[in-house]
Amino acid sequence: MTPDLAGFIASGADAQTWDEVVAEVLAALGQAFAVVPERGAPHGARRRTWFDTFDWRLYRAGLTLEYVAARGGGELRLSGAGPAGEAVEPAPGWQASRPHPLRDLPDGLVAARIGNLVAPRALLPAVTVSASAAVRRLLNDDGKTVARLLVEDSAVAGGDHQPLPPRLTIAEVRGYPGQARRAVRIVADVPGVRPVAGPLLADALAAVGRRPGDYSNKVAAAIRAGMPATEAVAVILLRLLDTIEANLPGVLRDVDTEFLHDLRVSVRRTRAALKLFGDALTTPLAPRNCALTGDDLARFAAEFKWVGDLTTPVRDLDVHLLGFEETARALQAAKPDDLEPFRAYLAQRRLREFRALNRGLRTPRFASLTEDWRERLTRIRDAANGGTVATARSGQSRKAAGETAGTLAAERTRRAFAKVTKRGAAITPASPHDALHDLRKRCKELRYALEFFAPLHDPAVYGAVLGDLKRLQDCLGEFQDTEVQIGEIRALATSMLDANEAPAVTLLAMGEVTAALAARQRAARADFERRFAAFAGPDGQRRMSLLLGEG
Amino acid sequence: MTGVRIYATYNIKGGVGKTTTAVNLAYLAAAESGLRTVLWDLDPQGAASFMFRVKPRVKGGGKALIRGKRPLDDAIKGTDFDNLDLIPADFTYRNMDLLLDGAGGSSRKLSKLLAPLAGEYDAVFLDCPPSISLVSENVLHAADVIVVPLIPTTLSVRTLDQLTEFVAGFNGRRPEVLAFFSMVDRRKKLHKEITENLSLQRSDVAATAVPYLSLVENMSVERAPVTVFAPRSSAARAYRALWAEIRSRDTGSAGSAGAAGAAGAGTGSM
Repeated sequence: MTPDLAGFIASGADAQTWDEVVAEVLAALGQAFAVVPERGAPHGARRRTWFDTFDWRLYRAGLTLEYVAARGGGELRLSGAGPAGEAVEPAPGWQASRPHPLRDLPDGLVAARIGNLVAPRALLPAVTVSASAAVRRLLNDDGKTVARLLVEDSAVAGGDHQPLPPRLTIAEVRGYPGQARRAVRIVADVPGVRPVAGPLLADALAAVGRRPGDYSNKVAAAIRAGMPATEAVAVILLRLLDTIEANLPGVLRDVDTEFLHDLRVSVRRTRAALKLFGDALTTPLAPRNCALTGDDLARFAAEFKWVGDLTTPVRDLDVHLLGFEETARALQAAKPDDLEPFRAYLAQRRLREFRALNRGLRTPRFASLTEDWRERLTRIRDAANGGTVATARSGQSRKAAGETAGTLAAERTRRAFAKVTKRGAAITPASPHDALHDLRKRCKELRYALEFFAPLHDPAVYGAVLGDLKRLQDCLGEFQDTEVQIGEIRALATSMLDANEAPAVTLLAMGEVTAALAARQRAARADFERRFAAFAGPDGQRRMSLLLGEG
Repeated sequence: MTGVRIYATYNIKGGVGKTTTAVNLAYLAAAESGLRTVLWDLDPQGAASFMFRVKPRVKGGGKALIRGKRPLDDAIKGTDFDNLDLIPADFTYRNMDLLLDGAGGSSRKLSKLLAPLAGEYDAVFLDCPPSISLVSENVLHAADVIVVPLIPTTLSVRTLDQLTEFVAGFNGRRPEVLAFFSMVDRRKKLHKEITENLSLQRSDVAATAVPYLSLVENMSVERAPVTVFAPRSSAARAYRALWAEIRSRDTGSAGSAGAAGAAGAGTGSM
């Protein structure tokens, strides 16, 4: 079959209307062509399940991965990115009902095309559709097939979902483009037929209340410059809480490492937000007792710190394990195999730490934290949104009452930027490591401040500021992470030795790994001045002023 | 097997079953072996085009194709069957000798024209007009395998020898020649003797023989390969066995009998 020329969908509210529309299409085509069923037995209903990562990496890259179940093993079909990007692979062990880590992908074209894009995420079933297609041939006067009409009926599998409207596709036969175009014109003129707007995947997801790309770890809070500051802060924090909760099931089931990573980032962002502008939540609001007290703020901050600490050991081990192959390949004196006992030890440690994490996240303490937090934030948001800032009437704290998201963003971002420039400028080649580690934290706060208020900024200036900041953060991150990893590897070596699980060659190889990390740390340190100057020098200052509307 | 494989059905004589063979083998290559296949109907009479219900007409005629003014790709028509395309005949092909001569007289012009199809197809079939000419010489140079339908007569064996000698004289790459007996009438003693003896004696004669059957003639009424409209008939079985034999030679496997048997038992479903 040649490429599809045009797709249509039968509009209408119910299956009966759809059937009538399809019948009218067939009648209209019958005026111009002989319309006959395709040879051979019609295909039975096929179950098609779309897979993507939790953060829609395939969709965002314009790709779709579909698993088509069949007797004796189904197949995976990758499409998008033009005909050269198409790939079909038998996948006998694949199951439509569960997430698959990347290693489950059969070796071949599909794995080769998406491996790097997907890693380290797992592939999750997004939606399953049961579809059956009837193909009819459109014949000319010689009885030659000059085009085909596909009528595809489908319904979302599982649950009590409405069937999806039938899709009608005219497929061209090579060498007969004019006839296919003629067929398309005929179909398009039938009342009740409209062009297909999106892929079947989009319709199927809509039927289950989702849409492609519905998860992103970006903050992307729905805020506007004129919004009361208190409301904007509550909206941002609620959005972060959404992300925490969205990732929780994936963390608990240990689907892939990035669920925990995204959860941790949102926890860290929450803590930074509380520090940067948590005071906006303490603005007295009507109804009474809706706002947070200073004690409330401190309590929530402490609880989120607890969550952060709870998740740290597993993430640290994940970082070692994710980079393991690359580390092993980079060994100069030792052999990659020498590190195997280290990998086994890391994996075993991770299992233990994961159990502790899992227990922690299932405690009533965690559940009530997220519940209370949501309830308090929702009340504050709604109260602030209703314009019921109590102080506006009482005359107290006028400043806070009149503050908008725009003014808050400018003030707090400026403050965070000032901290970064001041502390960074004080760093000399003789400064202790802690000075750089502290600067990294301030940079993170500034980064979060920028990201929280991103919708209020000019995108071009925002992109430039963020780019320089990211490069500075990468440098500081490399400087600190390598140091942390060296410390961890030393501690792990000690515990492996204590547990009699450390062959001499493994310890030697681990020593080589720490040496390589130390070299990277030195390189990062040497790069710092240049990175800092690029971000906080006169040009950087000018860009920031422009961003914050101070130019 | 890697790359495209080019098969030509050829005989100096007409009416020996070249076109029916090309049509059926091309269909089997596409539908049952899953090869991306194109059949070029080089015969100005356009019998293969007729059987696939494609009008025997090429825009600009043979001249535009041979002179390279129109890429071969432009002339390709999809048949009614998955994986199987056709380059139709055109009445101007009757002058193809002159066209080839005018285009430089090379006996390898056709090979050059076919080269761009290599990425798109796994199998190319050339259905040749009966003649000894620059066209046939071009076809013989372009082909990897020359499938020669033979009527079981003593004379036809001489023709095969002449062809084999001619091909043996090629410089460089030489196609493999595989003859098979076509239109065999089992009731004729001579047919029976010649087919049985020669296929045993000669390695360039296939073990499969295609019997004379009115069903094969019906192809021009049905306008479809016999393997489509009568997939379980003895004619369809014979073409399936012949294709299996050709394929087993292609892949160099020793299991030709097994392959032929398996194909003979196929259902011929699409």
